[in-house]
Amino acid sequence: MKARRAKAAAAKKASTAQSAPLAELRNIGKTFESGVTALRDVSFPIRRGEFLSLLGASGCGKTSLLRIIAGLLEPDTGSVHWQSGRRPRETGFVFQEPALMPWADISTNVRLPLRLLGIDGQTAELRVRESLASVGLEKFSSAYPHELSGGMKMRASLARALIVKPKLLLMDEPFAALDEISRFKLNDELLALWQQLDCTVVFVTHSVFEAAYLSTRTLVMSQRPGTIAEEISFLPATGRFDPQYRTSASFAARARKLSEALERAQ
Amino acid sequence: MNKRDFMAPAISLALLIAAWEIAVRCFAIPPQILPAPSLILQTLVTDARLLFGSLLVTLRITFAALLIAIVVGTALAVLFAASRFAERALFPLAVIFQVTPIIAIAPLLLIYLEPATAVLACAALVAFFPILSNTALGLASSDRQLRDLFALYGAGWWNTLLHLRLPAALPYFLGGLRIAGGLALIGAIVGEIAAGSGGAGSGLAWRIMEAGHRVNIPRMYAALILIAFAGLAIFALLSWLQHRALRSWHTSAMAAE
Repeated sequence: MKARRAKAAAAKKASTAQSAPLAELRNIGKTFESGVTALRDVSFPIRRGEFLSLLGASGCGKTSLLRIIAGLLEPDTGSVHWQSGRRPRETGFVFQEPALMPWADISTNVRLPLRLLGIDGQTAELRVRESLASVGLEKFSSAYPHELSGGMKMRASLARALIVKPKLLLMDEPFAALDEISRFKLNDELLALWQQLDCTVVFVTHSVFEAAYLSTRTLVMSQRPGTIAEEISFLPATGRFDPQYRTSASFAARARKLSEALERAQ
Repeated sequence: MNKRDFMAPAISLALLIAAWEIAVRCFAIPPQILPAPSLILQTLVTDARLLFGSLLVTLRITFAALLIAIVVGTALAVLFAASRFAERALFPLAVIFQVTPIIAIAPLLLIYLEPATAVLACAALVAFFPILSNTALGLASSDRQLRDLFALYGAGWWNTLLHLRLPAALPYFLGGLRIAGGLALIGAIVGEIAAGSGGAGSGLAWRIMEAGHRVNIPRMYAALILIAFAGLAIFALLSWLQHRALRSWHTSAMAAE
């Protein structure tokens, strides 16, 4: 079952690799009012269906870059060219913190994007249930955020991003604050969801291991100003869902490759 | 709160009253100088119609002022949230009104306004500032990432205000309201005193002044005690309201685990 899923995913990647990219970032530059140049001349494509990681040390402009892709921050120079003319309406964003509304229960929190997009009624109801089930929170729909653990809050945050059935999923170090066991578990679940959903993921991280484990392509960033130092692509590892994979030699080799690239980028 | 929390203040208060009663009796202090608690209680009963009627007048002013303060304070806070220019232009004015003692402004208000309106204006003027400043702070304190999320899905200013910034400001607003309740009562009393006998009022402060002129010290004490209890009751009511509104989600209202 898992092998079949991995194979299907690999086939999907192969078929989408040649098609036009979802978006193209061209010569993005951003300098903040404080005078810090966060990004300089950043250009790369976002390819349909890929799991793209932006790997770099803190303060290299990864978050700014993600916000520029989302359209939440205007770059000073350059632009993002969407193949369809604009960013997909179905974009999910997962932040560094769960960022749930503390006054609302989990189902209300998860429903928020639909409400803002003007989708309600039965459709919304059904999708809230689906989305909560996909992250294993179906029993917690009427709980309040403060009643959940850190890992569960992050799951709720992920469910909120998934409810729009994202074509593009933007993630800003979403699991950085979690304990390792929760992080590994959520990494696996994220991969499974990515394969099911047929969406493109842009994943910001400072963890070499997370990038090595998750991504099909990693852009290694240098700091101050943030630029793309290196690009490293991997085929999705076939044995990724095997519990032994994280300690295997092939995983270690991938991590080393990224680690060395990160070293060169500093 | 459990029973224990009530014990300590109840004991200290009881001891104080007992000591007061004993002192007045032992040293035979005349009631024109210091009336015994028992005499004050008796005055409260015999002058009940007069005093509770006055209490009602003062409370009516206090709550009307509080209502005005809520409406004006919240509206200004929303305006400040909408426009940095409005905030820069108007906030200093609000501060000037806040730092100038109301007792100094009251005589002017009494010249421009009907006495009843002037008293109401005094109370509203002191009460609105904590609501304004707290609500403005609350509106500016909503989670940045949540704001990004609202922007991502194209929510406009109103939608963001209604569904994100106002709920996020609620704990701040309620904290301001609790302070404003006490201030509204103070403002009402100050206004009544400033209006003096010229005022058409018959509130508790006016009763205190009138009783003072007649050297009816027990009645002065009785009115004073009613004011103190009114203040406590307002504080308790607003604290209860705050707890009620926030208990399901806000740290301040949740029991420690």
